[in-house]
Amino acid sequence: MAMTISEKILAAHAGKTEVHPDELIEAKVDFALGNDITAPLAIEAFRQSGAEKVFDRDRIALVPDHFVPNKDIASAMQAKILRDFAREQGLTYYFEVGRAGIEHALLPEQGLVLPGDVVIGADSHTCTYGALGAFATGVGSTDLAAAMVTGKIWFRVPHSLKFVFRGKRRRWFGGKDLILYTIGKIGVDGARYRAMEFAGEVIEELPMSDRFSMCNMAIEAGAKVGIVAPDSITEAYITGRAKRGYQVFQSDPDAFYETVYDWDVSELEPMVALPHSPEKVLPVTELSEIAIDQVVIGSCTNGRLEDLRQAAEILKGRKVARDVRCIIIPATQEIYRQALAEGLIETFVAAEAAVSTPTCGPCLGGHMGILAAGERAVATTNRNFPGRMGHIDSEVYLSNPPVAAASAVAGRIVHPDEV
Amino acid sequence: MKIKGKAWKFGDDVDTDAIIPARYLVTTDPQVLAAHCMEDADPEFARKVSRGDILVAGKNFGCGSSREHAPIAIKGAGLSCVIAHSFARIFYRNAFNTGLLILESPEAAASVQAGDELEVEVDSGTIVNVTRRQTYRAQPVPPFMQDLLQAGGLMPYVRQQAKTGEKRS
Repeated sequence: MAMTISEKILAAHAGKTEVHPDELIEAKVDFALGNDITAPLAIEAFRQSGAEKVFDRDRIALVPDHFVPNKDIASAMQAKILRDFAREQGLTYYFEVGRAGIEHALLPEQGLVLPGDVVIGADSHTCTYGALGAFATGVGSTDLAAAMVTGKIWFRVPHSLKFVFRGKRRRWFGGKDLILYTIGKIGVDGARYRAMEFAGEVIEELPMSDRFSMCNMAIEAGAKVGIVAPDSITEAYITGRAKRGYQVFQSDPDAFYETVYDWDVSELEPMVALPHSPEKVLPVTELSEIAIDQVVIGSCTNGRLEDLRQAAEILKGRKVARDVRCIIIPATQEIYRQALAEGLIETFVAAEAAVSTPTCGPCLGGHMGILAAGERAVATTNRNFPGRMGHIDSEVYLSNPPVAAASAVAGRIVHPDEV
Repeated sequence: MKIKGKAWKFGDDVDTDAIIPARYLVTTDPQVLAAHCMEDADPEFARKVSRGDILVAGKNFGCGSSREHAPIAIKGAGLSCVIAHSFARIFYRNAFNTGLLILESPEAAASVQAGDELEVEVDSGTIVNVTRRQTYRAQPVPPFMQDLLQAGGLMPYVRQQAKTGEKRS
């Protein structure tokens, strides 16, 4: 039977020759992760189960990244639960502040999640790793706990949707714009319980960082996974990073898709999602005179080196507008170090942006840039629900890094060509 | 298993930040989380809810993050059940795993109004709107899932099963 890449990965991990959509299967987990918000509950559930040892100390990562460096006593107590558990279990991959970063940028960078893997993470943006051709999905803390005990998880095999992108991308139109455009078309539950497979000539030439941004926001359409078939770009990224062997899967040409979307993106401008939903998407050229108070460039969606390079290209020799606070957060310590080496950090500081150590921080209204009532931000993050970045009466507009950087300079939301 | 309660009505795409804002995720204490349940939509919500009340919402309930704190907060607030047109994928798993009863019923989601008195027959998946004298259908919850809910979620259920197993052997 012809199968999609998602079906093939699940079949291989369930010890079956084929699987069908809606079938319930038990799959072997290659890698599991939790963070400082979700792992404390998972560790509590792990204790409740009566287990004493995790199934494999090399296949579980604990990454304190949401409220770190710890913002208060309560968050410090939570992070300590991870640290203590990691020591007790002898976990190989516990990442401490100063050697860490945002989990979904960190684990691919460290070569811990690989093509063909089944990865589960107690964080909804675990779907980011689909960019590598992995079946990666977010789960709750109890499911993570069960996987930490058994190394397995049950799944209902999702139906697959295929998104074919044709044409040639315009300058400043990247992976973030492709996924915002997609969510704008299908809605925040347009892929609920589905696998979103991204393909076509635009994807074939799309750099890894853009593929990560796309798959990262598959959850914003309700999807179980977002996935791109591995190719030479994937291979180049993996080479020198992979900590273990891996297997590459491809969809069969005659595989069945519930729906195939086919879009030409040649004429499209960078996209912005308006408050308060990632599906309220408009091209930036259709917005006028939206003044802003804050810009955030970072997160598991757009805090990678390529994102920072684009922001620096705009900010070089310019200054952040007088009434705007611009906060830039490299997603990992390694990205921070490379940004230093390339002079990007110098550019940001000279432009009067605030640069922070890696953290999820403001994306979820945690710390490092919370909005007051009535304030408005442009952010390269992934969600703009009411109150997401602070006060319930604040607003978040989602964009790509060049639009965010240009908006920081202009003091209002603008196309990068406007500065 | 039969439950009765007053309906609290919300719309489509209720996200996990609305159910429990991230600023409160520095604790896992169900009572602390419960005190802030749905507070950005209605600051008085947790205080106004009576034990056994039912939350009724539209499509894609629980979209957004994977935080299990969301079903824990709803359960902690004393709500007996969530009825929605549909649920986001991760929330659906998390609800059963933490022992929160959820039912998909597009009919109920469309017809129930705030304050209606509801009776839910879980075995048959029947929802009776006592106030409006209407009956809606939902997918029944199979007996083993009801056992899981009554145990308080997946881990207590597994623990219970393990103990029963020990006695048997």
